[in-house]
Amino acid sequence: MLEIKDLHAGFDGNEIIKGISLTIKKGEIHAVMGPNGSGKSTMAKILSGHPSYEAMGGEILFDGENLLEMDAEQRSLAGIFMGFQYPVEVPGVNNAEFLRMAHNARRVKAGEEEIDPLDFDDLLSEKMKTLGMEKKYKERNLNDGFSGGEKKKNEILQMAILEPKLSILDETDSGLDIDALRVVSEGVNKLRNENNALILITHYQRLLDYIKPDYVHVLSDGKIVKSGDKSLALELESQGYDWVTTAN
Amino acid sequence: MSDEQNSVSDILEDSTYKYGFTTDVESDTFAKGLDEDVVRAISKKKKEPQFMLDFRLKAFAKWKTMKEPEWPNVHYPPIDFQNISYYSAPKQKKVLESLDEVDPEVMRTFEKLGIPLDEQKKLANVAVDAVFDSVSVATTHKKKLMEVGIIFCSFSEALQEYPELIEEYIGSVVPVGDNYYAALNSAVFTDGSFVYIPPDTISPMEISTYFRINTEETGQFERTLIICAENSYVSYLEGCTAPQFDTNQLHAAVVELVTLENAEIKYSTVQNWYAGDKETGKGGIYNFVTKRGKCLGDGSKISWTQVETGSAITWKYPSCLLIGDNSSGEFYSVALTNGHMQADTGTKMIHIGKNTRSSIISKGISADHSSNSYRGQVKVGKNATNARNYSQCDSMLVGDKSSAHTFPYIETANSSVQVEHEAATSKISEDQLFYFESRGISRENAIEAVISGFCKEVFKQLPMEFAVEAQKLLTLKLEDSVG
Repeated sequence: MLEIKDLHAGFDGNEIIKGISLTIKKGEIHAVMGPNGSGKSTMAKILSGHPSYEAMGGEILFDGENLLEMDAEQRSLAGIFMGFQYPVEVPGVNNAEFLRMAHNARRVKAGEEEIDPLDFDDLLSEKMKTLGMEKKYKERNLNDGFSGGEKKKNEILQMAILEPKLSILDETDSGLDIDALRVVSEGVNKLRNENNALILITHYQRLLDYIKPDYVHVLSDGKIVKSGDKSLALELESQGYDWVTTAN
Repeated sequence: MSDEQNSVSDILEDSTYKYGFTTDVESDTFAKGLDEDVVRAISKKKKEPQFMLDFRLKAFAKWKTMKEPEWPNVHYPPIDFQNISYYSAPKQKKVLESLDEVDPEVMRTFEKLGIPLDEQKKLANVAVDAVFDSVSVATTHKKKLMEVGIIFCSFSEALQEYPELIEEYIGSVVPVGDNYYAALNSAVFTDGSFVYIPPDTISPMEISTYFRINTEETGQFERTLIICAENSYVSYLEGCTAPQFDTNQLHAAVVELVTLENAEIKYSTVQNWYAGDKETGKGGIYNFVTKRGKCLGDGSKISWTQVETGSAITWKYPSCLLIGDNSSGEFYSVALTNGHMQADTGTKMIHIGKNTRSSIISKGISADHSSNSYRGQVKVGKNATNARNYSQCDSMLVGDKSSAHTFPYIETANSSVQVEHEAATSKISEDQLFYFESRGISRENAIEAVISGFCKEVFKQLPMEFAVEAQKLLTLKLEDSVG
């Protein structure tokens, strides 16, 4: 589904990612871990198509298409979802209305008719029920005045509505208390199936207690220094990042 | 990032002003210049009663002693008031028996503007008074309104038919010497609309005036007077466009509203005068307008809603004098400036009666090189026990060359009052647009959503037809540069 080949990337001419290769197949969950400054965030930004970040070498193929030639809107329509670390607040724009716009953009792309507000409300209610989310997520404005946990839950609600092929969750666990972390993780687990894939970008392994990865990659100074299965994350937890970064 | 910022302002650009055409009609236009003879000539032309001429002369004498206000946060070269023609009317027979006698070119102009006037095509639920340059050319649905006792006609006609009502109320809200432009208007106004809602009457339809400036060197000085008697209600709409000229045209209107006991007037404006060339700032309308309502009766209410999207310069403060006990005033405004437009707009809420209430919601959007100022005064007199005011003034900046300013003035002479003022400035940020885009929503739709979200509280005050028009207008200003 996703092939990253010898990717070099950064912003303002500073190279932060210095040659990463990674292949992700459908149905898989990959965790990308690493200390601060290792290039985790840059990797998330470059995959989502953030205009301030640029690829300096290598390529990324998504379902065989050159991802680096697509802008953020095209990437989303192609089936990539970015769960932001700090979702932006948009006062004045109703959350349900925003979700409907996003859902309709997909329908239009697929050549279907736009969904009307009432039918969309049914769809939204159903998804919210599955995720155990309160009614307020329909009524409030997009992330406006949301707590950190509420913003992350709202990201998962968007993911549920958009049904992406590949989701990248950037530090989704940061700033969440245990209860919120459980709700978010359960939501993500419910949305999983054999046709979609997930990249979890995280500093801590505690998220991985809830969402079990098939592979764990450790990033240091812009490179993957170690890959393994779930046990790698536990080892990191007990020994600290120095264990892999100095071993390198 | 700076490229990205520019593209946001591009989206707010309005590269084509679709109302910029002129109509070729034979008109009866006075030579340029202003003196007492011109004032007398206007009054004579309109066969006005003596009190009206006296009113004009008093205003003219006052005006001569006054100076143009310099306090607004706008800049323009001095206006040569001798280089303006103070009367221009499409030539027509003296009295129009029916709409068939209106110059077909004029009728077509209004049709092109989306305001069909003839019997077959006229808007079903809106009565329209169409003002072309200096005069009212047609008023629709007059008979239907008259059946419930509502008077809706041009100001000229009202002067002939209902002089006692005019004499009683004209200048009672905006005195002749109120300000420089109001004094000028009072001296030389040529036409406008008059509405009288009798007691215990809810107007069965929206009432509206559509202003069109056509001639290049004419000023438009119209006068609107609306009187809403006890327990009555009317919703009034006003729309404006003008052709594209390189010179600046002056529009100095006066609007006076009066509500008696428990009456309510809802006055909505969508202003889209030509704003001048986007690049050079050349041309465009100077919109110097005095609008004021007087809540004379207890429990009465006046509500101003404006969507200001045009004019080179806007100088306008729709205000409320809250005289009756328990009366209330509202002001809802969206002012969008782009190109080189300058707007200094806001309101005055003067609390005089007990338990009077006012609320102010102002939304300014500035893009490109434009400057957008909110100026608002809340004044509470010593007898206005328990008066309340709530003001909220939000500004949104697009790009980094535009500016937004807020000038609130609050004065209270009574300790039992509550006055709240909130102000916020935001930007359409790249992060917000990126967030939308990363959900597959186009940049254009994202900007539209953010802008209409920002203006939502104001738009929901507009009557349905106008809300749709206002949304379309803002979208048009956004859309043109997107594709």
